[in-house]
Amino acid sequence: MTNEFLPPGLALQKADERIMTLNVGPQHPGSGHMRIIVQIDGDYIVACDPDPGYVHRGEEKMAEYRNYITNIPHLERPVIHDSCNVLYPYVLGVEDLLGIEVPERAKYVRVICSELNRCIYTMYWLAIYGIFLGHSTMFMWPAGDRELLIDLMEKISGARVTHAHFVPGGVRNDLPPNFEEVCLRQVNYFEKRIREYAAVFYDNPILISRTQDTGVLSREDAIRLGVTGSVLRASGVDYDLRKKEPYDVYEELDVHSNVMKEGDSYARSKIPWLDMLESCNIIKQALEKMPKSGSVRVKLKPNPKGKGLNSVYKRVESGRGSLGCHIVSDGKVEPYRLKLSVGSFRNLIALPYLLKGEKLGNMPSVYWSLNYWPVEADR
Amino acid sequence: MSVIAPDFKFSKFIQSLISDVVWFVLIFSLIGFPIIMMVLFFIPMPVIDGELLTPFLAFTYLADPTRTLPIVQSFMMTDMFKIMAFPGFGFAALLAAGTIFVERKMLAKLQLRVGPFYCGKVEGILQLMGDGLKLISKEIIIPAKADKPIFWAAPVLFVASAAAFVALIPVAPGWVVADVDMGLLAVFAVIGFFPIVTILSAWSANSKFPFIGGIRALFQMVSFEIPLILSLLGVVMVTGTLNLSEIAASQSSFPWILFLPVGAIVFFITMLAELERIPFDLPEAESEIVAGWLTELSGMMYGLVQLGTYLKLYAFAALFVVLFLGGWNGPQIVPQFPMEIVTEGLELGPVTAKIGGLEPILTELITPEMINGVLMFVLKTVGVIFFILLPRGVFPRIRVDMLLNLGWHKLIGLAFVNIFIALALVYAGVLGPGGLQ
Repeated sequence: MTNEFLPPGLALQKADERIMTLNVGPQHPGSGHMRIIVQIDGDYIVACDPDPGYVHRGEEKMAEYRNYITNIPHLERPVIHDSCNVLYPYVLGVEDLLGIEVPERAKYVRVICSELNRCIYTMYWLAIYGIFLGHSTMFMWPAGDRELLIDLMEKISGARVTHAHFVPGGVRNDLPPNFEEVCLRQVNYFEKRIREYAAVFYDNPILISRTQDTGVLSREDAIRLGVTGSVLRASGVDYDLRKKEPYDVYEELDVHSNVMKEGDSYARSKIPWLDMLESCNIIKQALEKMPKSGSVRVKLKPNPKGKGLNSVYKRVESGRGSLGCHIVSDGKVEPYRLKLSVGSFRNLIALPYLLKGEKLGNMPSVYWSLNYWPVEADR
Repeated sequence: MSVIAPDFKFSKFIQSLISDVVWFVLIFSLIGFPIIMMVLFFIPMPVIDGELLTPFLAFTYLADPTRTLPIVQSFMMTDMFKIMAFPGFGFAALLAAGTIFVERKMLAKLQLRVGPFYCGKVEGILQLMGDGLKLISKEIIIPAKADKPIFWAAPVLFVASAAAFVALIPVAPGWVVADVDMGLLAVFAVIGFFPIVTILSAWSANSKFPFIGGIRALFQMVSFEIPLILSLLGVVMVTGTLNLSEIAASQSSFPWILFLPVGAIVFFITMLAELERIPFDLPEAESEIVAGWLTELSGMMYGLVQLGTYLKLYAFAALFVVLFLGGWNGPQIVPQFPMEIVTEGLELGPVTAKIGGLEPILTELITPEMINGVLMFVLKTVGVIFFILLPRGVFPRIRVDMLLNLGWHKLIGLAFVNIFIALALVYAGVLGPGGLQ
C-alpha cells in the first residue's frame, strides 16, 4: 500500500531524529472535535495536516429523507450557536423553489434574528479564543455577556440555542409584545460591554506582541485559497455578502463591512469583534425601519412540493463567512439533493499554509483565528 | 447573576454541626478511650516527681495546667514542632490553602462569576478539602512505558524541595527552622533543584506532551535563575550578610525596596516565571501541550505537585518580604500582656478556673513582639501573594521566544543596574558599614 491510500497520520515517512509528530486532538484541550497532526522540529512546526471528520453526521443525506419543513430542526445542528444563519440560505432557497413572497415585517425579523445570532456565535468563538491564549477573563466575560442576547432570542423563539425560527415563507412566530424596547436596551448594554473588551484584551500589549505578524495570510493567498468571511476581510479583501449580494432587506440598511490590511492572527481576531459592533448597529437600524405590524408568515400548503426538476443556490454571510445551500428538487416533497457549503471548511484549508514555519506556541492562536467550527465543517 | 443555595437554613447548619459533635464524642468515647487505656495499661510507665505515672495521674496532668504547660513549652521548643507546625510545613500549608481559596474567589469576582459556593456552606471555604479528598480517592494511573521509580519519586521530591525552601524562611526573630549562615546560598541551591525535579518527572513519563512541557520548564527556570540570583546580590552587598534572619533584622528602620526598587521589580518578575504563573505558565500551557509536564500525573501525585507549587508560591512571596519588605519589622500594634495574666494566670469561663504557670511561655516563647512580628510578616506576605495572583486575570500567556528574550536581554541588564545602584549606595557611604545602618 502506498502512502496516498493511507489515512493521514498513518502514512509512512522517512525517519528523522529531529522531527517529532504530535497528534493535537481529537482529545486535546486545544483542538475541538478534530485532529491536527503537527510535525515539530524543536519549537518550529515543519508540517501540519488538519484532519476533520470526527463529528460527521450526514446532515445532507438526512435532508433527502425529510420534507421541506421537517428539514428545519436538524439542518441547524451543525452550528447550534448560529442556527438562524445556518437555516437562512435553506429557507431562502426553498422560498425560491416554491415561489413564495415573504412579508416585509418577516424580512426585518429575520435580519434581527440573524444579527443577534451572529453576535451569539462570535461571543462563543471569542471566549474560546481567549482561553486558547491563556486569558481566562476573556473566557468568562463573553460567556456571561452572551446571555443578554440569548435571553432576547429566547423571548423571540422560545428556545435558548436551537431556535428553528426561520421557516419557508417567513418566521415561525411574531415578535413578543414590547420587544422593541427590550431589544434596544439589551443591545445598547451589550455594545457598551463589548467595547470594554478592548481595554482588557485587544489593547493588551502581551496579546498584541503575541499575535501580531503571526500566521500572515496575504491578500493574494487569501483569494487563491478561497477563504471567506472574517479571514478574507482581515487580509484586505472587502467582500461581505450582506453588501455584495444583499438578501432580504440588507440593501435597505446601511451595512459597513470591516476590513483590515494586515492578515495576521491579530487582525483575524479583531474583525469578528468589529463585526459584532456593526451587528448592533444593524439591529438598531432594523428595529427603527421595521413595519410595526403585519403578517410574518405566508400560509403554506401541507407538504409543499418543488416545481419539477429545479435547482437553486442561495448564500448568506454567516458568522464564519459565506454559507451556501444548494437544493435540487425533482418535484417531490423531499429535496432530491441538498448541499451545504460552509465557511468553516473553506477557512480550514488555509491552516497548513499558515502554520508551516510558525512556533508551536502560535498554533492555538492561528488555528482559532481562522474562525473555524469543527462541527460545521464536518456537517 | 449570583446563585443562592436553594435550601440553606441556618438552623439546619447548626443542626448538622451538633450532630457532627455528637458523633465525634460517641465514637471517641467508644473507641478512643478504651484504646488509650489499653495502651497506658500495657506500657511500663516512668516515675515522675517520685510518683509512678499511672493512667489516672496522666489524666490529672491533662486537667492541671501547671503540670501540662511545661510539657507544651518543651514540645514547642523542639525541632519537630518547628519543622512540622509553626514556622515550617504546617504554617506554610495553612497559608497555601488560604492562598488557593483567595485565588479562586478573587478570580471569580474579577470574571463576574461566583466561584466555589456550596462546599462548606459559607462561600465554599471547604472546596479545597473536597478537591483534596477527590484527588486522594482517585486511581493513580502510570503510563506503561514510564520509568516507574523516577516517575513515582518526582512529585514527592517536588514537595520535599518546596518544604526545604519553606524551612529557610525566618518568620519572626528566632523563629526559623534552619538558621543557616549561608541562608541565601541555600535558597539558590534549593531553587536550582526544581528544574531537575521537573525534567525528571517529565522525561520519565515517556510521553510527548510532558516532554515538551519539561523542556519548556527547564528553559524557563534555568534562564530566569540568573536574573533571580543577580537581582538579590544588591541586598547582599548593602547588608554584608547572607543570613536571612540578619537581612530581615537589618531593615528595622526602612525596607530595602526603598533603595533597590529595580532589584525588587526584577525579582518579582523572575518569581512569576519560576512559579510558572500566568503570563509565564508556558510549561503548563493548556491549549498547546495539554497540561505540560503535569499531563501524565494523576490522583494524589498531581495533588502533591499542586501542594508543592503553592508551598513554593508562599516561600517565594515570603522571600520577597524578607529581602525587600523588611520581614517581621513593623509598628508594634499588639499590646503588652497584662501583668496579672503573666504572673498569676488566666481566669476562664463562668466557673472560674485559673490557669497558672503561663509565665515561662509568655516571657520566653510567645511574647507580644513575636506575635506582632508574625502578624506583620503574614500581612506583607499576603500582600505579595495578592500581586502574584493578580496577573492571572489580566494577561494572556506569552511565547517561549518572548520569554527567553525577556529573561536574557532585559532582566539581566536591569539586575546589573540594580547591582550598580547597590555599589553606589555602599561606596557613597549612604548604606552599609558606617552608613545609615
